[in-house]
Amino acid sequence: MPTLNLTEEELAETARLIRHDVLVMCNTARSGHPGGPLSATDYLAALWMNYLDCEPKNPLWEERDRFMLSNGHCSALNYALMAHRGYFSRGYLLTFRTLGTRLQGHPSKVKLPGIEVSSGSLGQGLSVAHGMALGARMRGKPQCTVFCNCGDGELQEGNIWEAIMHAGHRKTDNLVTAVDFNNAQIDGYVENVKGIEPLAEKFEAFRWRVLTADGHDMGDVVRAWEQALDGTPKRGKPCGKPSVILFRTVMMKGTGEFENEPGWHGRPPKDDELMKMLTTLGFDYGSVEEARASLGEPVYDGYVPEEER
Amino acid sequence: MAAKVEYKNGILPSSEWKQELTRKAYGEMLVELGHQNPNVVVLDADLAMSTFTKFFREEFPERFIECGIAEQDMMNTAAGLSTWGLIPFLSSYAIFLSGRAWDQARNTVDYSNLNVKIAAAHGGISVGQDGCSHQGMEDLGNMLSLVNMTVLVPADYWETRRMMAWIPEHQGPLYFRLGREKVPMVTTEETPFIPGKAVEAVGGSDGTFIACGMMLSRAVQAAELLAEEGIFSRVLNMPMLKPIDEEAIARASEETGAIVTMEEHSVYGGLGSVVARVVVQGERAVPMRVVAIPDIYLESAGPEELLEIAGLTPENAAAKMKAALAQRG
Repeated sequence: MPTLNLTEEELAETARLIRHDVLVMCNTARSGHPGGPLSATDYLAALWMNYLDCEPKNPLWEERDRFMLSNGHCSALNYALMAHRGYFSRGYLLTFRTLGTRLQGHPSKVKLPGIEVSSGSLGQGLSVAHGMALGARMRGKPQCTVFCNCGDGELQEGNIWEAIMHAGHRKTDNLVTAVDFNNAQIDGYVENVKGIEPLAEKFEAFRWRVLTADGHDMGDVVRAWEQALDGTPKRGKPCGKPSVILFRTVMMKGTGEFENEPGWHGRPPKDDELMKMLTTLGFDYGSVEEARASLGEPVYDGYVPEEER
Repeated sequence: MAAKVEYKNGILPSSEWKQELTRKAYGEMLVELGHQNPNVVVLDADLAMSTFTKFFREEFPERFIECGIAEQDMMNTAAGLSTWGLIPFLSSYAIFLSGRAWDQARNTVDYSNLNVKIAAAHGGISVGQDGCSHQGMEDLGNMLSLVNMTVLVPADYWETRRMMAWIPEHQGPLYFRLGREKVPMVTTEETPFIPGKAVEAVGGSDGTFIACGMMLSRAVQAAELLAEEGIFSRVLNMPMLKPIDEEAIARASEETGAIVTMEEHSVYGGLGSVVARVVVQGERAVPMRVVAIPDIYLESAGPEELLEIAGLTPENAAAKMKAALAQRG
């Protein structure tokens, strides 16, 4: 059950580094989605460093908790989280979206050990996560908790609500979902494109336990994860309901003037923009190359599946 | 005259056929597999009576997951279950599994190469009176285009049982199609099912009928009709469409000089399309005809009436064979 047990200050510093890495990845690849990753960084850093039971060099360890990124376009964040948790080197993040990499544009199970199931087509991951949670129960291992991250715009997909209805019906309490409620999607603010409020009431009506938190206040984030886990079989206190945490967040959080602009959903920062963003995050580089070099060599040193050896 | 027809591999002449449901064989075999293999789990979407998963539900309620009327959720729930080494069989109608849930089948199940078994009942137009909305005539094309998907179409009750006995040994995504109506039991317990292999049902050298699903019975009938005119065509049963037995197709082209495929599926994307690709790339391209549903939507009517309108009859197949043989010269 190894987790890193970082302090709130250490978690905040890890989140700062992860934001740095996500921005450098998208800039280097000249493609990718920085917006969502930067809104979800704080709360997912807390989950991955302190709560997700896993063995980074043995990603198929059966007793592990599962993580499903339902909004697969936030792949850069998933990969950065894995690198900081010890799955592979930070340098390898520089291969994001390039030919031959394990770090596909959207997470691929067949390319990268540690990705439970591929995602990218929105609205599917919660059903998959729920299936994993039911599988854990069938195997007699309800202490294995399945965490799922959804975007807020993604909640416009019908499949998501099928999953929400299903998990509520089955009282699947080893399923914990996070919603990155940044109110931004490609075509604008979610409330204008097609509003999803009142979201807490909707989940409650579908028989979920609903928690809310400020997704950028590490104290509040930690409290929310603790509270969510306190209703799961892992802590010996199954609450008989799946849990969702609605994290209030800001797209591109931490980048100052670039925050809360829906246009950053799927646009990589140009060199000058990257330098500004990194400065705002407190990094002092003379050039983009220097920022890239700070990640180290682009070498994969993670788990290699048997069939590839 | 029919006595001259050379039935092979336990295939019965049409005079001896009895009728049974393929989906019933599915339901019965799920229970047998459930006893043999604790990893087998079953999902349904409010059609447990119709798909016969009700048998499994009664026997193993703790391994049965009713998903309600939500095929997309069912496909992905099965995907999640499979990550635990469970072998999920999910059931609904062909039109919904290969249509509504296609994105889930493609992006989640197939791309991740998950061990999910998709059992599609009510394939084809012989669904009949329910009309166009329930007639699954594009499913094979939709599924054949998925890279990791194995695609099976059993001919009858017995073949469904044989396939089911094998399926838990198979790793990866798999789609197999069942029908609504009782169909002739053409095969017997002696008929082999060898994954990836065609089975010669009738011997002959005057062209070859290649059929899948319940069209096997009509292919045998077409061969019987032609035999009365002194034309002896081969019949190949092709229960696995992907990967397909290219060698048997090539041999049939070489040895019999003409091919007629027969399927209860749109003329676009099914057995005819797959076989044609193999035939035209052969050493010697031979004349070929495709007996399939023409490019039309059908309507509510009796199954036999619809099959007639679509030309899925032994008479039409026999006529197509004669045309192909005439072209062969």
